[in-house]
Amino acid sequence: MFWQKQVETVGRNTLESFQLQKLRKTVRDLYRKVPFYKHKFDELGVKPSDIKTLKDVKKLPFTTSDDLRYNYPYGMLALPRDNVVRLHTSSGTTGKPKALFFSAKDINNSAQLIARCLVMTGTTRGDVLQNMMTYGLFTGALVMHYGAEKLGVLVIPAGPGNTDRQIALMQDFNTTAIHVTPSYALYLGAVLQKRGIDPREGLKLRRAYLGAEPYSEETRRKLEDMFGIDVYNSYGLTEMNGPGVGFECSEKKGMHIWEDMFLMEIINPETGEEVPEGEEGEIVFTTLQRDAMPILRYRTRDITSVLPGECKCGRTHQRISRIIGRSDDMFIVKGVNIFPQQIEQVLMSVKGVDANYQIVLEAYDEMTIRVEISRDLFDGNIEHLVELKAMITNRIRSTVLVKPEVELLEPGVLPVSEGKAKRVIDNRTL
Amino acid sequence: MDKVMQISIFAENKLGKMEKVTKVLSDSKVNILAISITSTNGFGILKFMVDQPELALEVLKKDGFTVSLTEVIAVEMNDRPGGLHEVVSVLAQNNINIENASVYVAESRERAYLLVEVKDIDNAKRLLENADLKFYSRG
Repeated sequence: MFWQKQVETVGRNTLESFQLQKLRKTVRDLYRKVPFYKHKFDELGVKPSDIKTLKDVKKLPFTTSDDLRYNYPYGMLALPRDNVVRLHTSSGTTGKPKALFFSAKDINNSAQLIARCLVMTGTTRGDVLQNMMTYGLFTGALVMHYGAEKLGVLVIPAGPGNTDRQIALMQDFNTTAIHVTPSYALYLGAVLQKRGIDPREGLKLRRAYLGAEPYSEETRRKLEDMFGIDVYNSYGLTEMNGPGVGFECSEKKGMHIWEDMFLMEIINPETGEEVPEGEEGEIVFTTLQRDAMPILRYRTRDITSVLPGECKCGRTHQRISRIIGRSDDMFIVKGVNIFPQQIEQVLMSVKGVDANYQIVLEAYDEMTIRVEISRDLFDGNIEHLVELKAMITNRIRSTVLVKPEVELLEPGVLPVSEGKAKRVIDNRTL
Repeated sequence: MDKVMQISIFAENKLGKMEKVTKVLSDSKVNILAISITSTNGFGILKFMVDQPELALEVLKKDGFTVSLTEVIAVEMNDRPGGLHEVVSVLAQNNINIENASVYVAESRERAYLLVEVKDIDNAKRLLENADLKFYSRG
């Protein structure tokens, strides 16, 4: 099933000439309308007319999240203030937030992308989507909401938390799809079981769309099994569109990036150079059809790779692998680069521990993994726990090449997040 | 022969765990007959033989403890030199490893029991019975 079949299955040559045309227009507009970009172009000695092929995108300046903060609130706006109808911000834990503006056309475009995403996973008019993301300045909930409405789905704007009410809504309105963070989905499943409701049998749920936090393939399988549903990976960022930048199709083999809207590059985060085809690197986006606030070569800090070959679904837009980490989330122990998802993947494959975990860093050569034992599998035998601890230690060591200190904890001791889970507690000081 | 059940509770090595567990048992009027603590680096298991194991399991679970109920053998020991040796030698001769053990002295103070955890409980019971050893029975 397709929402905009012609665009979604467009030939690569047509797509690329379309991209070039839109890139050139974006560059011309920015040079004229946004002093920040004009200044950057002049510094690099680049003129809009230098962009003759798609490869020339490399001549353009990068945009970083610091640039967006620096230009807060209106510095990046390319339209008169009166033509802008929505503001989203992306929170920074430090300093100023980033302001992102949408025109009416931008909102419509982002809704179209969401409609494409939902349709390609089988959701359609008649479905009921319970949106458990945070409504507000964060794009997660609202962008999904508008897209689902455009498609003709009944949207329940539940927001996150208040788990008993979530369950009641799911039961009363026969929710068929949820949009949720992976950590909250796991929590929801556990609460359902606690209330004596079998998540597989007691609901009408068929699909879950997961986003906002990185998570592993094991977590996906765990959730699919727990709820008896299909779980789809969603990729997005407030700076581009919110959710809907990339999404999995029913093949579940990587996320299609909507290349008519976003020009993507995969670069080496240290050198800024393009990586060889298929290799891992930081994904960088240039908006191609954005009105209010076009952004050139935005440094996402997300690490991924472009998957080779064509997708069986017939869409020609390239796919990326699941995000293996953010260059920000990555931490270094004993000189080794480690992503929390690598640890999570190991923990999810182990029977006897629960889904919640924490990585605590106290020194540069030590990493402590705190993990809760599973209440149901506790048999009173200390040997079994000693073996469990040794097995987790060994598996993590063989995955990330650093031997961790594993702490087995009582279930329920670690904080449960109803939003974004904080996995890495870094107490190290320089 | 009565089945003797023992309550096991997971404990991180943190202050106050024993205090919390015993408070829950005390509030529910559960009498503790014997106790053992096993700990290794970082965590441990508290084991209790109590007069009402099912009730203890229920109230501890309700209070969020990580608990399980397992069967143990309660073998009577003769109150004279060699009393303990008589029991363990039966097991040792048959290559049965004692995973965990504790002692329960009955209220009358006339009898003492060795509580042992082994892998194959039925086999161990049969061997001990054949050696003419007696087991604990309520009342």
